[in-house]
Amino acid sequence: MQKLSSIYEFNALQQRLVADKDPNVPTIVIPAGTCGQASGANDLIRITKREILDKGLTDRVRLRVTGCHGFCEMEPSVLIKPDGIFYPNVNMDDMARIVNATAERRVLEDLLFEIPESKKRIEKQSDIPFYKSQNRSILSRNERVDPIRVFNYIESGGYSALIKVLFEGKPEWVVDEVKKSGLRGRGGAGFPTGLKWEFLAGQPNGNKKYLVCNADEGDPGAYMDRSVLEGNPHSIIEGMIIGAYATGATDGIFYVRNEYPLAIKHLIIALRQASDLGLLGDNILGTGLSFNIALVRGAGAFVCGEETALMRSIEGKMGEPRQRPPYPVQKGVNGMPTAINNVETWANVPLIISSGAEEYARIGTDGNSGTKIFSLVGKIRNTGLVEIPMGITIREIIEDIGGGPSDKKAVKAVQTGGPSGGCIPASMFDLTIDYDSLAKAGSIMGSGGMIVMDEGTCMVDVAKYFTAFLKDESCGKCFTCRKGTQRMHEILVDICDGKGKTSDIDLLEELALVVKDTTMCGLGQTASNPVLSTLRYFRDEYIEHIENLRCPAGVCKELITYSINEDCTGCLACLSMCPEKAITGEKKELHVIDAEKCIRCGACVSVCKYDAVDVR
Amino acid sequence: MITLNINGLDVSVEKGTTLLEASRFLGFPIPTLCRMEGLSPYGACRLCVVEIGEEPRKKLVSSCTYPADEGLKVRTASERILRARRVVLELLLASCPQSKVIQDLASAHQIRQQRFKQEHEDCILCGLCVRMCEEQMMAKAIGFQGRGEKRAIGTPFDIKSEVCRQCGGCIYVCPACQLRCTYTQPEKAICGGCANLTPPCIEKDRFHDMMCYMDPCVACEIKKD
Ligand SMILES: Cc1cc2nc3c(=O)[nH]c(=O)nc-3n(C[C@H](O)[C@H](O)[C@H](O)COP(=O)(O)O)c2cc1C
Ligand code: SF4
Ligand code: SF4
Ligand code: SF4
Ligand code: FES
Repeated sequence: MQKLSSIYEFNALQQRLVADKDPNVPTIVIPAGTCGQASGANDLIRITKREILDKGLTDRVRLRVTGCHGFCEMEPSVLIKPDGIFYPNVNMDDMARIVNATAERRVLEDLLFEIPESKKRIEKQSDIPFYKSQNRSILSRNERVDPIRVFNYIESGGYSALIKVLFEGKPEWVVDEVKKSGLRGRGGAGFPTGLKWEFLAGQPNGNKKYLVCNADEGDPGAYMDRSVLEGNPHSIIEGMIIGAYATGATDGIFYVRNEYPLAIKHLIIALRQASDLGLLGDNILGTGLSFNIALVRGAGAFVCGEETALMRSIEGKMGEPRQRPPYPVQKGVNGMPTAINNVETWANVPLIISSGAEEYARIGTDGNSGTKIFSLVGKIRNTGLVEIPMGITIREIIEDIGGGPSDKKAVKAVQTGGPSGGCIPASMFDLTIDYDSLAKAGSIMGSGGMIVMDEGTCMVDVAKYFTAFLKDESCGKCFTCRKGTQRMHEILVDICDGKGKTSDIDLLEELALVVKDTTMCGLGQTASNPVLSTLRYFRDEYIEHIENLRCPAGVCKELITYSINEDCTGCLACLSMCPEKAITGEKKELHVIDAEKCIRCGACVSVCKYDAVDVR
Repeated sequence: MITLNINGLDVSVEKGTTLLEASRFLGFPIPTLCRMEGLSPYGACRLCVVEIGEEPRKKLVSSCTYPADEGLKVRTASERILRARRVVLELLLASCPQSKVIQDLASAHQIRQQRFKQEHEDCILCGLCVRMCEEQMMAKAIGFQGRGEKRAIGTPFDIKSEVCRQCGGCIYVCPACQLRCTYTQPEKAICGGCANLTPPCIEKDRFHDMMCYMDPCVACEIKKD
């Protein structure tokens, strides 16, 4: 790769790349992020390569391996560009057919996406309900680039925002654009990014200034950041170089959790390519701007995502938050001014510059502009990564994009914001999704986890689960965070075990409020959310557990009994399945469960085809 | 100089002064547990919380770590603060009832109940010993390990420290253990001895590979190995 020494050389390269591309040749796009690879994308890639070579189709089809496109439920999937044809859950045996059909520009009707109820087939990805209601300004770029090929990124318009900034903008103009765009940090707290940059730019120059990309993503079940890191690392790097230009930062740091090997691999490759091209390093494109980015791997503690703990971790110390102020912009990594932003925040920066702040701010609502990626999981039909404009309602996500509940049971609540988020009941699904209204409802935006819960979910159990996570992940410095989460967990365990007292509810509430009030960092300050939000909206479930020793959702083992109803056909299935031999009965006769022997493992429920096992 | 307002009184202090120092300068009492003159503030016990800011952004912060800021409004004894302190003390009593320091604080704040399951822990992880060892004894023999429930004080790799000089500084500052090392004869309890740090060497079976800094122990005179 030849080093580019001026903006002119970059433009020439970009023009050559665009000219070299024949837009009429169809491209087979195979998403192969961590999720895609796990569901078999690598096999599809192998078959596609072999087929193209064997049949000599190199002039008629292209292959592009990319990061995740978001529809995890349908992986491994194949997308044909430029037509946008979408083949879900592709079988290895069908791949060769797809290659040949694509070369002949045919569509394979039988492999297309099918709407479950109407059995209607849909050809184009953009017409599928899951994709239709989204606004995928960040995720759709994953489809366009092979993350390990920088020319791919440049050809599709990458680094143009940087060029625009270097060519015509003054640093203050960039900060102003980001401020005007209304971009708020996607890492959870929603702090205005432009303002943070302005603070950093205002710090005295001379020594070092740092920019950090927070790619710790410790929330269980969340993988928005991973998909961008894996699928489009150059967009984050571009965002950071623009940030460096705007703020006068001299050094960048990627803080990536070690559990993301593919993301780290792609980042290392991307960083090397950017340096080789002269987009990183000293005197970038001959403009006098100098900026380097290093990569630091995190050991994977949830609390290391908190900015002050993250900085300590970068310095090689134990990841433990400290008092703010001083804020990182005043005193950050190695004592130098530092601005920390989330992966998704950085990935938004080139978009803002390319489209202009005003155009960008048109997406979303006032005070909450742009899109946000959520990982939609739980009791919902379409799971995956969804990118939505801010300000749409929870109902739209669940019904239009998510396709409704996955089971026969009704959706009862969604939990947003990761482990320290809160639960929002179905009665409030017309709530709009933005930083402020989620906070008002007792939850948080967090980094974008969204777990759907149905009637089969016990809310006390949910609170217990998240509190257990937080109790283990608290750094332990603040006495009230460490002991408070332990005590909340202890009380919740008692309630779930049927040992709760009526006074426990008040005690729990009092304790939760004090934990929220008296802790030092965001972890402790939000650690009460699971308890407080379930108490707020599902207090009756707590009362049922305590007063009537009943778990309405049939989850808490100590409070439920299994019995067999009239629908039993005497098929013997459950009888042979029960590990405790607690079920008796003859063939074709009603079976009976001995409650004394039953260990409530649920094996009988899962084998019964006739819904004859009741859980109460 | 920085001017701030504490409980309605304006006060000017040097840059870098903490809210605790400023409040005490004015004579407002604030209880503390993990702070000690001569050691850097750490903010672990959360007993010293005060309320800053104005509605709707009022919040509690630990006064021992929070720096005075120009124009800041501080309250040191609002209802919210008192409630928080009472719960903190209740939690402390529930975990470490044998500590004289905690008992005195609880009694001074009229704590009459303890609603959690009683525990008897020998450390509240206030970090005084760690700071004492590092900042005053220049030894860095002990430190924190683990997180969450597993957090504990220990020496690297839990083996007897090479750098510990057995000065006893850590024991001297520990609030969790006064009069607790009684070996086998409670009536003879005097000094606090070696058992002050997690784990008390007499009770725990990990004795041998743990850090009993005193070798032999000044209190019980048990010699290791
Ligand atoms: C316990 C805790 C965990 C956090 N984890 C992350 C994380 O994994 N990724 C992230 O970007 N921000 C995380 N944050 C938020 C960061 O502290 C910080 O606010 C953020 O990186 C700032 O970037 P932004 O302004 O772009 O959102 C976490 C905060 C807390 C309190
Ligand atoms: S609130 Fe919890 S995680 Fe944060 S510093 Fe305190 S103990 Fe550590
Ligand atoms: S006795 Fe050892 S561990 Fe304790 S303060 Fe002295 S040097 Fe540090
Ligand atoms: S051993 Fe004592 S001084 Fe050290 S952290 Fe524990 S309670 Fe504090
Ligand atoms: S004295 Fe301030 S937190 Fe302990």
